[in-house]
Amino acid sequence: MQNTEHAIEVTGLRTWYGDREVLKGLTFTIPRGKTTVILGGSGCGKSTLLKHVIGLLKPSEGSIKFNGREITTLDEPEMDGVRGKMGVLFQGAALLNSLTIADNVALPIREHTRINEATLQIMVRMKLDLVGLSGFDHFYPSQLSGGMKKRAGLARALALDPEILFFDEPSAGLDPVTAAGLDELIMKLRDVFRMTIIVVTHELPSVFAIADYVIMLDKGQILFAGTLDGLRASDHPRIRMFLERKPEQQTYSPDDYFKVIAGE
Amino acid sequence: MAFTLRKDISDASRIINNSFYWTFISPFRGKPVRVRATISEMVKAGYNSVPIVAVISFFVGIILALQAAYQLKRVGALIYVANLVGVSLTRELSPILTAIIVSGRSGSAFAAEIGSMKAAEEVDALVTMGINPIRFLVSPKLIALMVMVPALTMLSDVIGISGGFLLSVSVLDMHPYNYYQQTINALLVKDVFTGLIKAWAFGMVITLVGAYQGFKVEGGAEEVGRRTTSSVVASIFLVIIFDLFFTMLFYYFT
Repeated sequence: MQNTEHAIEVTGLRTWYGDREVLKGLTFTIPRGKTTVILGGSGCGKSTLLKHVIGLLKPSEGSIKFNGREITTLDEPEMDGVRGKMGVLFQGAALLNSLTIADNVALPIREHTRINEATLQIMVRMKLDLVGLSGFDHFYPSQLSGGMKKRAGLARALALDPEILFFDEPSAGLDPVTAAGLDELIMKLRDVFRMTIIVVTHELPSVFAIADYVIMLDKGQILFAGTLDGLRASDHPRIRMFLERKPEQQTYSPDDYFKVIAGE
Repeated sequence: MAFTLRKDISDASRIINNSFYWTFISPFRGKPVRVRATISEMVKAGYNSVPIVAVISFFVGIILALQAAYQLKRVGALIYVANLVGVSLTRELSPILTAIIVSGRSGSAFAAEIGSMKAAEEVDALVTMGINPIRFLVSPKLIALMVMVPALTMLSDVIGISGGFLLSVSVLDMHPYNYYQQTINALLVKDVFTGLIKAWAFGMVITLVGAYQGFKVEGGAEEVGRRTTSSVVASIFLVIIFDLFFTMLFYYFT
């Protein structure tokens, strides 16, 4: 299976929402078996990028290769085949509220395999144990805390043993301790299962904890792509601002300010 | 404006196409419809509407009988109350009343359910798990309403006619056997049957409008509310349009 060194190759990716260009020609690769963090401020297009890579949105231009296979031109049944190798943990965990945690985790397995019920139950318990949720099988998502929901969402993403795992803002809305627990889980998955992991985030502490490789986006363009040490050493002003948590300076000349308040 | 209208039409036709494909064609290609979900939708949309449909039909039967008697008494043709109640209920009022109740109860629930799943990225999650959201969410609802709206209509026929019967034999002093005989003579199989065909079409309209409005949700909770409201308005409107169409069709071709 390890036919190429890169799990994902993106070339010249451009996309528009209406007439606003959101991604302005991105080209990058994501190394296999490592944790790659896609970093950037709010509204820089990182969630849009993630949706393109997992095939929820089709780009206006450019190519995305997954294991060397072009995915932007696939139709839905072919894309489902590719999606079988991907697991995604959404920002709000996106568990189905009408099903128990166990049924949520079992859902992709039931859908894509014909495993008998007893084996299925064992698999579900294994996945739940992996994320530290043993004994919560029969709870409904509404009965769990935010951190537990994310763990359950992760168990579901792991259900079909994906090669590549995506996290959309894993620490959003979690307290630092819970977020650190989730970071540890991400590292465990990389070390034990040799998964390729892609994390979209803007939380610096978790970036420094988990990243092997960093891609930083700003206003729809790539500002930086390289190792964590490279990011720390960079002296690009936007990157320094981000790393040192400086607010964006808005300096107007008196004339410009007058234009702004006059609404011109 | 023209752009959004075109997009709305293409979204709607995609949802309609996919719903029919995943409900009627894909089961024959080895992707069966979820039976347990379908049964649970049937219970929610059908069984749980039985009390409200029964009560409303009963009252409408009484109202119809009284209104008919008001005119027919003057020409001494009180016995025709039975004809009027029987025919207007089976051909027209039962299907449309049932459809309005179901679109208020289930159509809005479909839009709210799918809309809030869309807002919480649950629909995206289904797609990334390789599960088609239309197959997972819409097909069970479509089958449930295609079965349950005609079933509720039949119930409404029976209860509405008994409402008219009870009023006629008590308030209007008609002989029960006469009323019964008059109803049997007046009602043709096609009256009941065309009513059920309408009900079947209304069931599809309500499901598809609810699903369309649900999948159109892009933002957060306030849009779910707005889409839920418009799903009820739009499905009642479309039900009336379809009713007009079928009534004209049956008038000329049966």
